[in-house]
Amino acid sequence: MRRYSAFAIAREALRHHTGWGRAWRSPEPKKQYDVVIVGAGGHGLATAYYLGKNHGITNVAIIEKGWLGGGNTGRNTTIIRSNYLQDASAAIYEKARGLYETMSQDLNYNVMFSPRGVMMLAQTEHEKRGYLRTAHANALQGVATEFITPERVKQIAPIINLDGPRYPVLGALWQPRGGTARHDAVAWGYARACSDMGMDIIQTCEVTAVTREGDRVTGVETTKGHIGCNKLGIVVAGHSGQLAEMAGFRLPIEAVALQAYVSEPIKPALDCVIMANTVHGYLSQSDKGEMVIGGGADNHNNFTQRGSFSHIEETTRALIETFPMLSRLKMLRQWGGIVDMTGDRSPILSKTPVDGVFINCGWGTGGFKAIPGSGWGFAELMAKGHSPLTAEFGLERFREGRFIDESVAAGVAH
Amino acid sequence: MLKFTCPYCGIEASETELHAGGEAHLKRYGPGSADEEFEGYLFLRKNPKGVHLERWRHAMGCGKWFLAARHTSTLEVFGTYPAQTHEPPAEILEKIRAKYPEALK
Repeated sequence: MRRYSAFAIAREALRHHTGWGRAWRSPEPKKQYDVVIVGAGGHGLATAYYLGKNHGITNVAIIEKGWLGGGNTGRNTTIIRSNYLQDASAAIYEKARGLYETMSQDLNYNVMFSPRGVMMLAQTEHEKRGYLRTAHANALQGVATEFITPERVKQIAPIINLDGPRYPVLGALWQPRGGTARHDAVAWGYARACSDMGMDIIQTCEVTAVTREGDRVTGVETTKGHIGCNKLGIVVAGHSGQLAEMAGFRLPIEAVALQAYVSEPIKPALDCVIMANTVHGYLSQSDKGEMVIGGGADNHNNFTQRGSFSHIEETTRALIETFPMLSRLKMLRQWGGIVDMTGDRSPILSKTPVDGVFINCGWGTGGFKAIPGSGWGFAELMAKGHSPLTAEFGLERFREGRFIDESVAAGVAH
Repeated sequence: MLKFTCPYCGIEASETELHAGGEAHLKRYGPGSADEEFEGYLFLRKNPKGVHLERWRHAMGCGKWFLAARHTSTLEVFGTYPAQTHEPPAEILEKIRAKYPEALK
């Protein structure tokens, strides 16, 4: 792999940028691998990367039915934060946030991590009390957050309307080290590093069946033939249920559409991320100047990658109350992603009833921020059979009633 | 926008008037059942990419729960029927099987 650097840019400029080469290989699949990961999104690629980097397992294939990073990795609103209430969640999301800080250097790929600060508005008394509680929990967990006053909110984000008619701003949970990153670059950076370690990234290759010998996995049938493996990691977000069915078990997951949209680009007006959970909307401004807006999830099972029109209306209505200047903006694009929701709104990183099959799913509406932490923990789980980061996130927690209840803590999309 | 005809009051309601209630025809397991059965009843779902039998409540209308057959990726609605049943009426099943012979297996 040729390292990217300022010197490389100068060198390539002198030869008219003809020498860059491809960032990753597109090989044909081999017959057998130690580990096969299904799903070349952020979580799948991060898993493969840490399998190689932390555990020395490089005989790995990452299989993707579409193209690399073309699912939810390229469809989210790129928010990174770790201000969770429950200890298990705070641990994995904070691990992820920490890894984002050094990701560009680790991968030698600019993921444009921007720790611009994440603000979660408290717009009801209940929400205020909830965030005060979260701020205390975060202090104990070692996650730097604080509860700030409405005056401070206005200082950080002058475009906000503090005394909105329905939902006044009563304060906010502020995580100054949260922020955003370029989502595509995260997938591309991991893919380049994986390919460099000798791993095979096989795109446009759909898994059609999981092959087993008794209770043990032997590989997957794909549109490019049978690929054998000793261990199989399923990291496919919205289609986790379909893959689990092929492997022969069921999941506590329902897939729904979550949508986002962006405005026309405008001059810099907002230099942090703002989430308004009571009114279901969140907002940041991209480097291009577009307002990136995320809304609520549909409440019915949905595989359309589009979402309901009523949610756009609801989100827009809510946001222009809190940010009146948005009412003048034209919206450019709207899209949806299929998110996999669990009952307690926490992910599943777990062994499964099938020997050798591991599953990483259930990230619901908040997977992007967790990519490096999820990959780190899931790789450890796959390599060693146990990881302190993922120990609480097992499938068995639903049977045992041991939930990591972020649905109450976060209320809505998180 | 999704539209369903409420089988009770006969009104064609759009999704903003309704509340989705997830998979239909779940068998309830209560006290005394095995942990696996209770887990299955409470959490495990078919979540098909295809025809889904599901519960809806006419929340902004008559307030009653009804059931519907809908395709989760085309959003085609095959019909709605009252909640006091164990399977969809024959004409809805016929409609589904005519178009998706592999569905609901």
